[in-house]
Amino acid sequence: MSGRITGISGPTVSVHLPGLRLYERVTVGNARLMGEVVRLEQQRAIVQVYESTRGLGIGEPVEGTGTQLTVRLGPGLLGQTFDGLQRPLEWLLRADGPFMQTGRESPVCPASGTLRFQPLKKRGEEVRAGEMLGYVEEGTFRHPVVTVEKGGTVSEILEGEFDPAAPLARIDDVTEISSFHDWPVRLPRPYGRKQTIFSPLVTGQRCIDFLFPLARGGTAIFPGGFGTGKTVLEQSIAKFAEVDVVVYVGCGERGNEMAEMLEEFSTLADPYSDRPLMDRTIVIANTSNMPVAAREASIFTAVAMAEYYRDLGCNVLLLADSLSRWAEALREISSALEEMPGEEGYPTYLASRMAEFFARAGVVETLDGKVGSLTLMLSVSPPGGDFTEPVTQACLRTTGSFFMLDTALAHRRHFPAIDWFQSFSLYEDSVVSSFDADISPDWSELRRETRTLLQHEERLREVAEIVGTEGLQDSDRLVMSAAGEIRQRFLAQNAYTEDAFSPPRQTYDAIREILVRHRDATRRLEEGHLPDESLKIPT
Amino acid sequence: MRLSEHSFSTLVSVQGPLIFVERVIEARMGEVVAIVFPDGSETEGEVLKIQDDTVLIQTFGDSRGLDMDHSRVVFTDVIKQAPLSIDILGRAFDGSFRPIDDIPMFVPDEWAPVSGRPLNPVARARPQELIETGFSTIDGLNTLVKGQKLPIFSVAGLPSKEIAAGILENARTPAQVSRSGQAFVVVFVALGLTHHEYAFYRDTLDRLRTHFVAFINLAKDPVVERLLAPRFGLTVAEYLAFEHGLDTLVVITDMTNYCDALREVSTAREELPGRRGYPGYMYSDLASIYERAGRIKGQAGSVTLLPVVTMPEDDITHPIPDLTGYITEGQIVLGRELHQRGIFPPVDVLPSLSRLMQRGIGEGRTRGDHREIANALYTHYAKGRDVRRLEAIVGREGMSDTDKTMLDFADAFEKEIVHQGRERRDINETLDRSRALLVRFGLVQQ
Ligand SMILES: Nc1ncnc2c1ncn2[C@@H]1O[C@H](COP(=O)(O)OP(=O)(O)OP(=O)(O)O)[C@@H](O)[C@H]1O
Ligand SMILES: [Mg+2]
Repeated sequence: MSGRITGISGPTVSVHLPGLRLYERVTVGNARLMGEVVRLEQQRAIVQVYESTRGLGIGEPVEGTGTQLTVRLGPGLLGQTFDGLQRPLEWLLRADGPFMQTGRESPVCPASGTLRFQPLKKRGEEVRAGEMLGYVEEGTFRHPVVTVEKGGTVSEILEGEFDPAAPLARIDDVTEISSFHDWPVRLPRPYGRKQTIFSPLVTGQRCIDFLFPLARGGTAIFPGGFGTGKTVLEQSIAKFAEVDVVVYVGCGERGNEMAEMLEEFSTLADPYSDRPLMDRTIVIANTSNMPVAAREASIFTAVAMAEYYRDLGCNVLLLADSLSRWAEALREISSALEEMPGEEGYPTYLASRMAEFFARAGVVETLDGKVGSLTLMLSVSPPGGDFTEPVTQACLRTTGSFFMLDTALAHRRHFPAIDWFQSFSLYEDSVVSSFDADISPDWSELRRETRTLLQHEERLREVAEIVGTEGLQDSDRLVMSAAGEIRQRFLAQNAYTEDAFSPPRQTYDAIREILVRHRDATRRLEEGHLPDESLKIPT
Repeated sequence: MRLSEHSFSTLVSVQGPLIFVERVIEARMGEVVAIVFPDGSETEGEVLKIQDDTVLIQTFGDSRGLDMDHSRVVFTDVIKQAPLSIDILGRAFDGSFRPIDDIPMFVPDEWAPVSGRPLNPVARARPQELIETGFSTIDGLNTLVKGQKLPIFSVAGLPSKEIAAGILENARTPAQVSRSGQAFVVVFVALGLTHHEYAFYRDTLDRLRTHFVAFINLAKDPVVERLLAPRFGLTVAEYLAFEHGLDTLVVITDMTNYCDALREVSTAREELPGRRGYPGYMYSDLASIYERAGRIKGQAGSVTLLPVVTMPEDDITHPIPDLTGYITEGQIVLGRELHQRGIFPPVDVLPSLSRLMQRGIGEGRTRGDHREIANALYTHYAKGRDVRRLEAIVGREGMSDTDKTMLDFADAFEKEIVHQGRERRDINETLDRSRALLVRFGLVQQ
């Protein structure tokens, strides 16, 4: 099927090619750019182009592929870095050099290393549709290889090391079975059912684990103006979160940041298994200067891969930086399509699109009876640091936890700059009780005490503004002193030092030490013998 | 390639920098066109949008004098490219790449598209080597490294011009010899300069000891040219960096004029305005400029970017500084109050930050004690500034001795470290002075 380009506007082209279907993948122009049909009209179809349209000409050919835009799922994804369309960036680098070219199709198979196949069926055996033929081992993962569409007789089956681009088995001589399969980018993967039991997702960040704990299968956003520490926080969590697989999406952000992250990750070990950190990580890098339509797709490419690992029974964490850049990509495309704009020019379907995306998080019983989870942590970059803007507001309607990053804290170099009054986690009740059970029964008690101290400090601070700290009572000065310690020695956590990772046990010890000392000092004050230096208030 | 000349006189509307032409067969996105005026003179333009046979063109020159009947648009079948050669060193051009130094145009060795191509993120090398600017507040406290993009946030009335000039004059990298026998060059892009400013920068360029390339768009020059000039500058910078292995520092002033040009075109296109009338795609557009800074693994050379941004209404949340801050790797913020007290450069180090500094300093990069000194200066100055606020309320008499010391430290820091006038300080001198100051106040060990 071939037609031609009749119009070009930003990242969209209109084409004349009867017979195209909605969301069909097309190749556009002589350069064979990748595109997707996003609207059908009587005389034309509108195609969103995933690569730069510069240089594209009217009348150039357009071809339908008959398939949708898909993600290739199977062994070999871990440890790799892809662009928003799942093209391996190392492979593109070898093919095209350091600067990115247009019109490159993905390689047949994303896997690059050697893989081993362990068959469960023999030649000549009968298999049903959807039945498992064997599995591919990749580190600690076992990727099942199944007959996808229909059953038959196994006419050929491999064993041991194999070439990822070649088939692993043949059914009835004709149907080739590979180690991977394709999945439509925007389609959520099916599961048995969703569970509502939440267990903690340990991040290694004291402020989060202790005050605003996250649950596996939950969602979290952290909005903050520029420089408030979103990226550093996301990358720290990517390093230290207690999960099986991390999918990290650099969505419309900086190239240097990605380079730094990749370099650092390649030297670190997974704190839970001592294997290289990259062995559990998939990175998607669609930086701000890469095509905007691919930026929009990058989030979906990522979530499809994340769901694939969830379906293997893994606890998966998807981190995206930043969701705002995704929303802006959506806005740019929507405006090129001349759709009716909603608030601040975002399309009116922004909120529903986001809600659908958030809904992909959860703990699920997979189709084959395993349990897997997908947790989403998304940074948001509100213009001017103003949280009333549409993206933050749409997130707030659906998110389970909210870590508000505060510019004033960041300016004082208090990192992570999580505002301990405005932030919340809807998972705290169920998750805290499991910390009580696993770490120490007084975990929740210490939380309450910490909260009270911080609130008390806030009130005292207002008083101190008027009367000066000298004018406070001794007991109040003790509160100020303890709260100051909590802020500086407990909530603040420098990502560039040893302190970057704090497992729950250590978090517990740290807060307990501060609080015990405070209780002690309070008691001694009541008994009337308290040395003066205990009353010093840290600045 | 098209065979016949592709010329159309079917203009249907002209509106500021935008021209609609009808009944065009074959046109490309971004294609360069020549717009021929009735009197035979020409200006350049670019295809912005195509629908069937109607083409929207943006002119880079002045559209005054165009008419509907006798004007023509000639399509060239190529997208905008920049001529490149090592002979470009030492030359000055206008915003349309025409020489303004009375020397004939050089003979290009090659051409490259001005919009550039994105650098593959896995090809990037992490920025970590110092570029010395000669200013203590930058080198000591907000260190700039090769491949970084670090803007200067200024406000109207502050000497951002003198700072830009100081950097052009004084910036260096630890010496390195490359293929062309040169290690370090500056590319200077000026947008919307007044005549007075132009004279000032010409003097500066005349004094430069490093090699430079300049693109100068004056206030009287076409506004739309301001969208082009930074891209010429960066295309040249990438060429010098990655074809000739030079460390290239690109100074662009003032990005506020760039953004205003972007807004002007967007308004003319009747696009839905975003915050303060700037277009919704301004983030992506600015990123297509700022993200061109970088280094490449296994290759010599680097592109480092230092854009100057004047914050309208002194407001850091204004879309221009805001979106800039969201893309760049930190910011150098100038303070009005420091300027009023005669401090030059009036860099307020508290809101300033170089996000890539940590990797660029310390043993083997600058000096083993750099981090310690920078942290100590920052912490004590921050305290001093807090105390200064208190002083305004309670007066100096009512303060403790430690607080008084902090006050004095903040004053001394501003006078002795921040303030340096036209003097150039190398990194050692910056660190020595800083250490001496800290020692004097008993804030670090001897
Ligand atoms: N946990 C931390 N420990 C120490 N420093 C930090 C921490 N978090 C942030 N910083 C400092 O703040 C700077 C900015 O952080 P980061 O890059 O994460 O900001 P951001 O919110 O992602 O900004 P943007 O929206 O512009 O991308 C860092 O370069 C670092 O200097
Ligand atoms: Mg960031």
